[in-house]
Amino acid sequence: MSGTFVGMPAFPKAAHEAVQNVTLRRNLRHATHTIRDKRAVAVAELDDWDQLREAGKQIKDHTLSRLDHYLVQLEESVTAAGGTVHWAADADEANRIVADLVKATGESEVVKVKSMATQEIGLNEALEAEGIAAYETDLAELIVQLGKDRPSHILVPAIHRNREEIRDIFRSEMSAWGRPAPDNLTDSPAELAEAARLHLREKFLRAKVGISGANFMVAETGTLVVVESEGNGRMCLTLPETLISVVGIEKVVPTWQDLEVFLQTLPRSSTAERMNPYTSMWTGTTEADGPKTFHLVLLDNGRTATLADEVGRQALRCIRCSACLNVCPVYERAGGHAYGSVYPGPIGAILTPQLRGTQSEVDASLPYASSLCGACYDVCPVAIDIPEVLVHLREQVADQGGKGHRLEKVAIKAATWVLDNPAVLAVGERVAAKTRKLHPRKIPGPGASQWTNSRDLPEMPAEPFRDWWKKNRT
Amino acid sequence: MTSSTTSSSRAQILARVRTALADGPAAPLPSRDYFASHTPDDPAAILDLLHENLADYRAIVHRTAESELPTVIARLLEQHDAASVAVPAGLPAAWLSGAKIQQRHDVTAGLEGDGVSSLAPSGSDRPAGEPLTPYELDTTDAVVTGCAVAIAETGTIVLDAGPGQGRRALTLVPDIHICVVRAADQVVASVPQSLPHLDPTRPQTWISGPSATSDIELDRVEGVHGPRTLHVVLVTDE
Repeated sequence: MSGTFVGMPAFPKAAHEAVQNVTLRRNLRHATHTIRDKRAVAVAELDDWDQLREAGKQIKDHTLSRLDHYLVQLEESVTAAGGTVHWAADADEANRIVADLVKATGESEVVKVKSMATQEIGLNEALEAEGIAAYETDLAELIVQLGKDRPSHILVPAIHRNREEIRDIFRSEMSAWGRPAPDNLTDSPAELAEAARLHLREKFLRAKVGISGANFMVAETGTLVVVESEGNGRMCLTLPETLISVVGIEKVVPTWQDLEVFLQTLPRSSTAERMNPYTSMWTGTTEADGPKTFHLVLLDNGRTATLADEVGRQALRCIRCSACLNVCPVYERAGGHAYGSVYPGPIGAILTPQLRGTQSEVDASLPYASSLCGACYDVCPVAIDIPEVLVHLREQVADQGGKGHRLEKVAIKAATWVLDNPAVLAVGERVAAKTRKLHPRKIPGPGASQWTNSRDLPEMPAEPFRDWWKKNRT
Repeated sequence: MTSSTTSSSRAQILARVRTALADGPAAPLPSRDYFASHTPDDPAAILDLLHENLADYRAIVHRTAESELPTVIARLLEQHDAASVAVPAGLPAAWLSGAKIQQRHDVTAGLEGDGVSSLAPSGSDRPAGEPLTPYELDTTDAVVTGCAVAIAETGTIVLDAGPGQGRRALTLVPDIHICVVRAADQVVASVPQSLPHLDPTRPQTWISGPSATSDIELDRVEGVHGPRTLHVVLVTDE
């Protein structure tokens, strides 16, 4: 398996392969069911969950509707607090900015906090091409990096791996990256976590440059927020001399008070905890505490295009909790890799085609990677109507044409003509009834035959309803 | 400041945003009809809830009177066989008066203390006036701090680098963290009640139980990179 998503097949093909993998399906089913039950308990503790959800939605919608204003305010606040703000229109520009900043420090290695934005832009690969080693320090990201694998879940990128597989990866790969795994490492999660602690500690202590994303950026104060569990985030945000944060422009919130909503809804939706173990907040730089230099790279990379779509823009409310993945029947069976993007699951099915466009086969197939059951909408802590956006994107994909859609259009056009002309319809119905003995059980031909592979055609009545009505009721 | 290399991208992104919004109306401000707190306004009940929720996430919780605090801290350090303890600037000297172990004072010139001398007291093996390096912190067994505020509903303690709390690295690298919470004036019920007590310009660490991970089969394991043992000492009036 390669470490990149480039050239991925369309969702149906990738999903078809994934559902054949029994271990993967068992790992996913176990993990998603565990977390969805816990989440329900954590959410039920708050009697005002619906109000918090509505407030989160409103805060994000308001911010997006004045995004230019809040970005400029954020820039002023961060700058006033001693930080430097950079603007990156796309992934290439963001990668170049970060690589240049790292090079300017004279360092050739960086420690990284788990960050969706830096995965989205392929930062690690870009840094590697510049001779800079980027060490992932989140346990799951470490498992993915050591295993030369791809992330398959927003919160738990190695969710497709079970403990035995993780032990094997640590045993065989850790030594090439630094401190080897302890002898006699077993597959107990506690021992595996200890192995990661020992492996990464030397990297944290000597690190001069840290790279992160952020969960929230507060415009009025210039404060950045990172929520995490393990303490690797704190290590990367605190010990290095230089900190570079790459953050999507939609992560800004207007006020300090706004955090009171998301700090209640995010942990409960994400890890099903009342609060995640560690949350770090920093505003620019502070003398004698943490990095002396702070750079914020504001990333567009398709977000403004998404903002331009009045239906689709609600995807920018996403706070990356991953609750929608854990309840999705399609994700549970297909796994995260089939989505061909760092954003898998229902949110990925609406975010990826908007950030990247629907020109590639996999991106055009993503809006169809759903049964439209709506479980994702129900659990979303910022009330993104994912089914609504999926249907909207399907319309766009259909409008841009393509093989299947051209046939569909011809068929619909023909049907429209028949239905608009009652005489034609009546003749057609009589012909159909008279020839019913000759009808096949399956429709022949490409496309249509697939539909009847697992379905029978309905049986044709002996005469059309209109004829029966004429005979019996007039 | 904005770097000059990205000034054209800045203009481009802001222009794209404005085009995307096409002068549409601002969406309304949030209605905020959620609760300010989910807990009855009873200090004893709020303290009990804090205790319960801290313990639920595997913090080890103690209650003591102020006068007994030095004894409790000394006992905890002894219990873990700690040989050294990091001491943040501004920590009341009395808190460690019962401990017979090496004190490593972290002097952080940029942060105001509460008048505690920056001279390391006897027992320190390092020169005064220097912050502890990451490597020194890595060989320090424990750290004792106060906090800025504690949140009952989530079982959270918040440190904001104020006096007696230290810079962020201090409570991160040593493996044992003992945090003292004054029940009388540092405990609030809820997240919405906590934010007005906190100054966003100060670096903050919100801590809810010891370091943990759920990355292996979504099973929670305590103890990854931060302190694996978290003691919270609730100081009550009697």
